[in-house]
Amino acid sequence: MGSLRDTMSTTTAPTLSRPSPPGLGPIAWARTNLFGSWVSTAVSLALLYIVARAVLGFAEWALVGAVWTVPYSATGIAQTAVCQTAHGACWAVIHDKYRLILFGRYPFAEQWRPAIVVLIFIALYTVSAIRWFWRKELALIWVAALTAVGVLMWGGVFGLKPVPNDEWGGLPITLILATFGIAFAFPLAVLVALGRRSTELPAVKTLCVVYVELIRGVPLISVLFMASVMFPLFMPAGVNIDKLLRAQIAIILFAAAYLAEVVRGGLQALPKGQTEAADAMGLSYWQKTSFIILPQALRLVIPPLVNTFIGFFKDTSLVLIIGLFDLLTMGKVALSDPPWQSFSTEVYVVLGLIYIAFCYAMSRYSRGLEQELNASQRR
Amino acid sequence: MSEAKDAIVLDKVNKWYGAMHVLRDVSLTIQEKERVVVCGPSGSGKSTMIRCINRLETHQAGHIFVDGIELTDDTRALDAIRRDVGMVFQSFNLFPHLTILENCTLAPIWVRKIPKAQAEELAMSFLERVKIPEQAKKYPGQLSGGQQQRVAIARALCMQPKIMLFDEPTSALDPEMIKEVLDTMIELAGSGMTMVCVTHEMGFARQVAHRVVFMDRGEIVESGPPAQIFEDPQTDRLKLFLSQILRGH
Ligand SMILES: Nc1ncnc2c1ncn2[C@@H]1O[C@H](COP(=O)(O)OP(=O)(O)OP(=O)(O)O)[C@@H](O)[C@H]1O
Ligand SMILES: [Mg+2]
Repeated sequence: MGSLRDTMSTTTAPTLSRPSPPGLGPIAWARTNLFGSWVSTAVSLALLYIVARAVLGFAEWALVGAVWTVPYSATGIAQTAVCQTAHGACWAVIHDKYRLILFGRYPFAEQWRPAIVVLIFIALYTVSAIRWFWRKELALIWVAALTAVGVLMWGGVFGLKPVPNDEWGGLPITLILATFGIAFAFPLAVLVALGRRSTELPAVKTLCVVYVELIRGVPLISVLFMASVMFPLFMPAGVNIDKLLRAQIAIILFAAAYLAEVVRGGLQALPKGQTEAADAMGLSYWQKTSFIILPQALRLVIPPLVNTFIGFFKDTSLVLIIGLFDLLTMGKVALSDPPWQSFSTEVYVVLGLIYIAFCYAMSRYSRGLEQELNASQRR
Repeated sequence: MSEAKDAIVLDKVNKWYGAMHVLRDVSLTIQEKERVVVCGPSGSGKSTMIRCINRLETHQAGHIFVDGIELTDDTRALDAIRRDVGMVFQSFNLFPHLTILENCTLAPIWVRKIPKAQAEELAMSFLERVKIPEQAKKYPGQLSGGQQQRVAIARALCMQPKIMLFDEPTSALDPEMIKEVLDTMIELAGSGMTMVCVTHEMGFARQVAHRVVFMDRGEIVESGPPAQIFEDPQTDRLKLFLSQILRGH
């Protein structure tokens, strides 16, 4: 018996130590993983070459050969001839248009207001991401922040000049649509998902199923189109619901249907024993749902949930078809100015970077969240 | 025991899953402070019966009274019953996202409306009773199976129930952990709690049960004191079952 265990431990020792120890240096790592064999060396070198070419090419275009400013004529028209002859990027277009792209046609002198709004949104996301703030007061922070956003954008109080929302545009529109959209769609989605699983209320269940299937069956574009063009036809004459609000409601309803299915997936993955234990303790339906079921179900679906959030953040750009000026649309508008018409690449690269910044922050956050939650419970 | 009241009464209870008849005219009366062990082959309806007592399953015919209250669709009566009936499951069913202490205080705070500080004090006293007060701040996933099941027992006790139901509390455990859970249950039996326990631990049954109920194919076939059931089985079905159990051990 003793000798058997001895031989076993000696034979298993090498296999146990095979996964690379954590202290392995980058050179040793590269040697084993990238240049381990003849084939992998060839593939690594080829890829390295392609990546290096791409990076150098981009740096050449974006930095070395770039034009940063252009002269202006006496009448204030940009002289973009230098850019036409340069072989690099013409960042002067961004320099000239960034206020238009970021804040749209918001009155120029008042653009500090949407600028603060953008900062409020970023602060709100940051605060919500910090674990320490996960308490009841966070809901108040959200209400306060979203109210402040409304006040700053609309004006009309505290001596702020009123600005009707058809003059809004750019990044604030994108952030408003995405943030209000997710903030309202998510609770709605949870209710729909719960309703769809309800066994005691068949009418509610049917309603939820019909809602989800109906909304999922049509493209977002057509929902937006319906909200903007057809909806007013059904309203009594004189009643005019704001265009931005209609788009916002359309996005909320659309996002909620998708999120509801994601949440339902989490609800289904939960072992039955959890609900049974909660029932046996005498917890009411809502106690059971909010203390036991949702915390676990939502945790399970963080990756697809964030995936959907990111999707909708980008999908807000579709509001351009109903004449709202979100960030992407403002990029297009900026490019319609004759001197700058041929510099779309520069504008879209910058727009892309802005979208990437927000989406990457979301995905990083969700990964951090998952790791933290898993570390605390080792399920 | 002549003056004792009836804690649980099952009167000709029947239940079907689709066409399958899983409880057939089950009648059983359990008195206050009585300890009953239920045994029988797999699929005989033991779990179904015990789960009908706190209405995790609904019966389709017959009557069930717990503490004098009949189990019906009336949710108020059901709330009252669930407050007084604790249950321990084979798979523990602890809430993995809550600490041990939170697992134990959740229902007292929200169902019994006990102030948090008092609920925590109570929970600690029960965790001490099941001998794991030092684990209070950990999560269930960080505990061994035996420890988790003892937490589950403490969690049920925190509601200060009059009746405890156990559905095979030791059968998901490794052999070396079974004893610690059985010891906890034996200690609990000494406190005069009404207990209904589905288990195949015959030693435990002999030591604590007032009565052993043998079920087979949805029926109660025999019931009586442990000595009578184990040493003097009347029916062939029980004899067969006992021989299988003994061979297995
Ligand atoms: N949800 C269900 N749907 C359909 N049939 C079920 C369901 N639950 C249990 N059954 C069936 O009812 C019968 C009784 O099941 P029960 O779980 O009560 O048996 P048991 O005596 O507890 O068995 P075990 O010792 O294996 O736990 C079994 O034949 C089982 O297959
Ligand atoms: Mg069972």
